[in-house]
Amino acid sequence: MNRLVIWYGELAGSRRLTWRGLALIGLPLVWIAVMLVAPLGAMALWAFATRGPLGDIQWTWTLDNFRRLAGWDMFGWTGAYLSIFGRTVLVAAVTTALSVAISYPLAFFIATRRPLSRYLLLTLVIIPFCTNLVIRTYAWMLMLGNQMPFARLAQWLGLIEPARALYPSAFALYLGMVTNSLPFAVLPLYTNVEKLDWGIVEASQDLYSRPVGTFLHAILPQTLPGLSTAVILTFIPAMGAFVIPDILGGGKSWLLGNLIQHQFGVSRDFPFGAAVSLVLTLLTLAAFAAGRGRGEETILP
Amino acid sequence: MNRNLPRIVPAVSLTALGLLYLPLLAVAAVSLNASRYSVRWGGFSFRWYARLASNALVLEAARNTLVLALVSTLLATLLGTALALGLRRFPWPRWFSGLLDSFVYIPVVTPDIVFAVGMLLVFETARRVFGGLRLGLATMIVAHVTFQISFVALVVASRLATIGRTVEEAARDLYASSWYTLRHVTLPLLVPGIVAAGLLAFTLSIDDFVISFFTSGPTSVTLPIYIYGSLRRGITPEVHALSTVIFLVTVLLVVLLQLVVRGPKEE
Repeated sequence: MNRLVIWYGELAGSRRLTWRGLALIGLPLVWIAVMLVAPLGAMALWAFATRGPLGDIQWTWTLDNFRRLAGWDMFGWTGAYLSIFGRTVLVAAVTTALSVAISYPLAFFIATRRPLSRYLLLTLVIIPFCTNLVIRTYAWMLMLGNQMPFARLAQWLGLIEPARALYPSAFALYLGMVTNSLPFAVLPLYTNVEKLDWGIVEASQDLYSRPVGTFLHAILPQTLPGLSTAVILTFIPAMGAFVIPDILGGGKSWLLGNLIQHQFGVSRDFPFGAAVSLVLTLLTLAAFAAGRGRGEETILP
Repeated sequence: MNRNLPRIVPAVSLTALGLLYLPLLAVAAVSLNASRYSVRWGGFSFRWYARLASNALVLEAARNTLVLALVSTLLATLLGTALALGLRRFPWPRWFSGLLDSFVYIPVVTPDIVFAVGMLLVFETARRVFGGLRLGLATMIVAHVTFQISFVALVVASRLATIGRTVEEAARDLYASSWYTLRHVTLPLLVPGIVAAGLLAFTLSIDDFVISFFTSGPTSVTLPIYIYGSLRRGITPEVHALSTVIFLVTVLLVVLLQLVVRGPKEE
């Protein structure tokens, strides 16, 4: 059916518009579709296979990998894998909360400078964002080493044993995680704050609103789109982190990412790795759906 | 207009910026240290940088990193921009655009490692079925483009939303054809968005370690993979020099692109 529609001031047939649209999105969409469906399919396929005694893959349709993840192995039940799950969610949530809490004032600080310093500050935020994760993580490792000032101070205060480094520790883990995700949170917040309608803020002040009221009713609602993007961009990568926990968190604070990487590296147990990845995928998709379902009305202009 | 911020805002902000740079500056300082086994200062020296320039492994890795980032960014920027335009500027039924939106979001909301594992398993399955497929630069480019498209599409789409529809409608009211409007109204307005998206894609590619780590083969080691490997083998001062060089290249790149994209313009 070819209806006539007015679209961006143009009187056009709906069929013609559809074809034009399809011509634009066709290729990228096919690419994404193939490269998204295929990995999910492959993951699902491998997750039900088992690793044979010689490291070969046996295509048995079994739930063993998931049963093992839930804690049942040949020796009975253990909570080891489940605690890795819990720790991952906790670390990701704390990282997100800290990053967004620090980024929010930072975004306002940058957005309210004069143009030149705003530009310089923004560049300063983007540079670490563009610097490689391994380099940044290693830099913290060096910084927290046992002869460096931070560790010296902690040794002197008696917080750690003499001659010890500040890593691996929960402190180092969070330091690495938060500084890693900071630019991810600042940039969407900044683009949002930059467009802030200060007239509304002014209006609330003219109407004798207290600062808290101004913040809650004139500033916060305007920054919700930026906030939701910041939370998504921080939480999701944090759920899959493995380099930072590996280098700064140490063996005691394994996250799901480490568990997965171990299966594809040292253990060479691809099927179990696929099963853990599948569960992590579903977990983040669920989290995302929950967040997006809530934020939908505020994301749309 | 009252835009005074609470006193704590600058304090938090400057501390955060300091935390972002302190470790990187420490690495740069140590890389100039002549002594090999200690962070104690043994005199100023460029010797680790000189060693770096004659390290064939490092040069090979640098070449791989650049080829990967350039090719994948080019492909992803083209595809992603087309995708954003198609998504936002056509009257799709509500259910369809909703579906497309969540589709575009999937690579963004998938943690790197899951994405990497998925890609690895696809390549591994393909290898078992068809044979002959080897992990290398080609598989890495495919993997990188896949996650970059979505980021490009999201950045360009948000720029499209900022532009709004009024200017384009005005162009159409003044009898511009749809092609003319796209070419002379929409695209010029979009350029900052497209360049920003390209920058983001390039950044993500260079910054990426996890996806490259899983989808690379023995012949396609990139700089981040090389550095990660040396964390396992034991850090040499050359790694400090290499990290500093990469950091400085990043700084240069960002500053250049900032000049191109925004410019310290008067407002």
